[in-house]
Amino acid sequence: MLRTPLPRWLLAAAVVTVLLLALPLVGLAVRIPWAEVPSLLSSEAAREAMSLSLRTCALSTVLCVLLGTPVAVLLARSNGTLAACARTVTALPMVLPPVVAGLALLITFGRVGVVGEHLSVLGIEIGFTTTAVVIAQTFVAMPFLVVALEGALRSVDSRLERTAASLGASPTRVLGTVTLPLVLPAVLSGASMSFARALGEFGATLTFAGSLQGTTRTLPLEIYLSRESDTETALALALLLIIVAAGLMAASAWVARRTVVRHD
Amino acid sequence: MTEHPAAALSCRVDARDVDLDLTIPAGRRVAIVGPNGAGKSTALALLAGHLRPDSGEVRLDGRIVSAHRVPGSPRTHLPAHRRRVVTLEQRPGLFPHLTALENVAYGPRARGTRRRDALARAHTELEAVGCADLASRRPHQLSGGQSQRVALARALAVDPELVLLDEPLAALDVEVAPAIRRLLADRLTGRAVALVTHDPLDLWALAGDVVVVLSGRVAQTGTVEQVLTRPTSDFAARLAGVSLVEGEVVDDDELRTPAGDAVTGVRSELTDSWRRGVRAIATVDPRSVAIRAHSTPAGAADPTSSVRNAWPARVVSVAPAGALTRVTAELRDGQRVHAEVTSRSAADLALAPGVGVMLVVKAAQVALYPRP
Repeated sequence: MLRTPLPRWLLAAAVVTVLLLALPLVGLAVRIPWAEVPSLLSSEAAREAMSLSLRTCALSTVLCVLLGTPVAVLLARSNGTLAACARTVTALPMVLPPVVAGLALLITFGRVGVVGEHLSVLGIEIGFTTTAVVIAQTFVAMPFLVVALEGALRSVDSRLERTAASLGASPTRVLGTVTLPLVLPAVLSGASMSFARALGEFGATLTFAGSLQGTTRTLPLEIYLSRESDTETALALALLLIIVAAGLMAASAWVARRTVVRHD
Repeated sequence: MTEHPAAALSCRVDARDVDLDLTIPAGRRVAIVGPNGAGKSTALALLAGHLRPDSGEVRLDGRIVSAHRVPGSPRTHLPAHRRRVVTLEQRPGLFPHLTALENVAYGPRARGTRRRDALARAHTELEAVGCADLASRRPHQLSGGQSQRVALARALAVDPELVLLDEPLAALDVEVAPAIRRLLADRLTGRAVALVTHDPLDLWALAGDVVVVLSGRVAQTGTVEQVLTRPTSDFAARLAGVSLVEGEVVDDDELRTPAGDAVTGVRSELTDSWRRGVRAIATVDPRSVAIRAHSTPAGAADPTSSVRNAWPARVVSVAPAGALTRVTAELRDGQRVHAEVTSRSAADLALAPGVGVMLVVKAAQVALYPRP
C-alpha cells in the first residue's frame, strides 16, 4: 500500500542538512595531502599516538563490557526509584562536558584527590599515566554500552529465560546460555560505540591524564597539538580517525541489520 | 508405602485472588479448565515454581516445594531450576540461537549430563517425535508443528516428574493440530500432566480428569466423562456443548427454576439425593431446542403438543453457527439457554436481541441430575 505522500519541501530541507554535515568532511578531504599520508602517518609521534590510542581504547572497551554488562542486566530488570537513580548515574557521563568529567576524575583520583591521596600513600599514582587515559575513556564510553545493552535486554522474551530455568538451568547458566547470547548483537554494537567514543575522547583525557607523548597523548590530543605546527600530520591523523569511526558505525549497523533478519 | 500424588496445590495468591486446592495423581493427566483469568495459568506457574504462594503450600511427589504457612514466617521455595517440572506452551519457545538438537540437549546439559551423552539423548528424543532429520535446523527454519514437536522432545529430555501443557495446540494450524495432539497423547502416556485448554477435543484426547476453575476456586472435579455429562457450571456446560438450567426438585422428573418455569426431563441416574427441594441441574442440547413466537401464556405448555417444556424467554444474541443460527435467550430469571435453529426460521421469526420468544424442548432431550 502507498504511504501518504510527504511534503515536497521536506526533501529540500533534508538535503540541506546532509550537505551541512558533509561539508566539513569535504573541506578536510580537499586539504589532505593525499600523496604524503603514508609518510605522515609513519612519523614517530603519529605512530606512538596511534599505538597508544589503539591499546587504551581496546582496554577501555573490554572494561566497558565487563563492568557495564552486570549494570545493564540489573537495570533491565528494575523499575524502581533506586534503579532510576542508578540509570541516571550511569548515563550521566554521556551528556557531561568531557572537561568536567576529567576534572571530576582528577579531583578524585589525582595525586591529592579524595581517593588518589590514599593511593599515593600506597605508591600508586594514577594521574598523568596511561592508566588515567584508560580510566577517562572507560568513564565516558561506558554509558554507550549500558544504554544499548539495557534496551536490548528489555526486549528479550522472558519466557525463554523461564523455559531455560524449567529445563534445569541455574540463574548463571540462564544468563550465560540464553540471555546474553540473545543480546550478543547489542553487546557488539554497544562495544563498537564505546570504542568509537573512547577513540574520540579528548577533554577528559587532557584534563585528567595530560599530554605526554607515548604515555597519555592519544590520537585526538596529537591532532590538537599538531594542528598549527604540523597541519598536514593533523589532517592525516584526522583522516585515520574518520575512517575508523565510519568503519565502526558500518559494522554496528551491519550487526543490527543481521539481527533483524534473523528474528524474522 | 503409599504413593504420593505427583503434585498437589493448596494455596492462595492474593494479588490474583486465587485460592486453589487441587491434586494431580501420579501418572494421571488432569485438565484444568475455566474462563480466562480464572487462575489456570496461576496454577501452572505455582507448580513450575515461577510464582510463590502467599499462603498454603505446593507439593511435588509429596515433598513441599513452596510453602508459606504463617504471614511473616520465612517462606520455603524451591526455584524452578531445581524442580523437574517442564512446560509446553502455546508458542514453542525454542532458543533461537541454538539448533533443534542443541535445544533438546539444553535440559540434560543444564542438569550436568556430559555433552556427548546429552546430544545422544537429544537425538533419541528427536527421533521419538519424528524430527531426527531436523536436528541441525535453527528454530526459524522450522514450521509451527515441527517447532512444537522439538519443544516436546526438549521437555521430555529432562525426564520431568510433571509436564505442564498450556494450550499447546492453540497456535497451530487446524491441519497440523491433530497430529501433534496424537503425538502428545502418545508421548505423555503414563506421565503426570497438568493441561490447560479451551478445546473439549483436548479433554477427551489428552486428559483423564478435569478440574473446573472459576474465579480462582475449584468449582468441579471429576473424570472427563463425569464433568462433561454432568456439568455443574455454565462454563463446563459450554465445554460439553449444552445449556445448563438450575432449579429445585419438585417432582420425580421435574424441577422448577427460581422464576417458576417447570423443567421436565429424564434423570440420567437414579440416586437417593433426588428429593423434593434439592437443588438440581437440567442440561439441554441447543439443537433440541425449538423456538416459537411468543404467543402462548407464560409457563404453560401447549396441551395439544407432546412437547412438555415451554419456557418464555427473551433473545439476548443471534449469531451464525455454521449453517445454523445460534440463538441465546434468557429465561425469566436470567438463566441462559442456547438454541440452534436453521437460519431460515431465525429470519422468519425475526429473531433479534430483545425479542420475546418461547423455547420448547421435548422432555426426552433434557437431562436431570442433582447438584452435588
